[in-house]
Amino acid sequence: MLDLSVAYSRYRFLGDEFLTWLWYLIETNQDAFRSVDPDCTALEIGNRVVLENRKGKSIERITIKGDDAGLEEGKMALKKGALVTELAMVFKTGEHEWWFSIKGESLNLSNLRAPGPTLPQSPEEMEPFLLDKTQQFYKLIDFIEKMYKFFIKERISKSWSSKTTPALKKWVRLVE
Amino acid sequence: MGILSSAVSITRYRVEGKIEGSATEMVARGLKKNIIPDIDEDAVEKAAGWTSFESPFQPQFEVSNFVFGNLFIFSLRVDRKSIPSKLLKKHLTLETSKRLAKTSRRFLAKDEKQALKDKVTAELAVRVPSTPNVYDLLWDFEKSSVCFFSNLRSANEELETLFKRSFSLALIRLFPYTAADLQAGLTDQERDVLLGLSPTHFSN
Repeated sequence: MLDLSVAYSRYRFLGDEFLTWLWYLIETNQDAFRSVDPDCTALEIGNRVVLENRKGKSIERITIKGDDAGLEEGKMALKKGALVTELAMVFKTGEHEWWFSIKGESLNLSNLRAPGPTLPQSPEEMEPFLLDKTQQFYKLIDFIEKMYKFFIKERISKSWSSKTTPALKKWVRLVE
Repeated sequence: MGILSSAVSITRYRVEGKIEGSATEMVARGLKKNIIPDIDEDAVEKAAGWTSFESPFQPQFEVSNFVFGNLFIFSLRVDRKSIPSKLLKKHLTLETSKRLAKTSRRFLAKDEKQALKDKVTAELAVRVPSTPNVYDLLWDFEKSSVCFFSNLRSANEELETLFKRSFSLALIRLFPYTAADLQAGLTDQERDVLLGLSPTHFSN
């Protein structure tokens, strides 16, 4: 394996491309999420999107936040060559919602609000609480890991340049 | 923001290495050996060690404290003493004056100044209480997976060092490259393709 600090910087673009690809799938192909987790009823954009354009000499950063934030500005940034570097999302199943943010460069999760039981009121309730809460954390983590595997398999295949990239370019081009 | 918080941050790790014998016993040994030391009465400015999830300020490591179902759950605690710069300056000025008066000199040499600063810092460190920071950790042993409940770089670096020292197992942080290399089930040929990837431009 490569030196990890070198690999972190050298391949951070994969994380940014992953998030940009997720946004594309969110708008064009929700079935992709169900193929990875049949319980998933929807994956939606949350209340924060950060994009960076590294095409020029300096880095241009665009942050869109707020519950009623319009995503048009973000899409315009994509059109100018930016990639998503941080994305807040909502993962939904029939009964539950997971709110979270994910960073492209690290794939770290933040502001994760997972469903689960109320806080334990006695020592006896601690173990069932932890096992239930952990299961809810891993429900989302497993989903993200499967989606990332899906992305990587696609990214290293020939169809990335022949099908996926043209489709993403078309999606970006259609932005008003 | 720990496991009990309503919103959490998670850094994911893969655990690499083999364990001889009982995992629970090995983990218990590693936790007890590297338990957070009490530095409040010492001149030490910083300490890092393990503490129990349920009682982070009174660490105990019996099996019932860190084994929950098939998970190990415990916490990293980092205690730091922060000596205010103005307090240090005040005591250093007073000590310098005393030293000059005692030796009938007008200036201290560079080495003497540094030695005096170290002495004053150490004396103040005994009197200043440490501030604890607690970060929870969830270890799914069967999956070789660790979730660390912080994205702070310094806390993650402390974790990686202490984990290796305690359990002789490496923690590999899962970021875009490592997640692809370790978790995507790639063949050797696909790994070669991964290494050669370069950024895609989606704009026209």
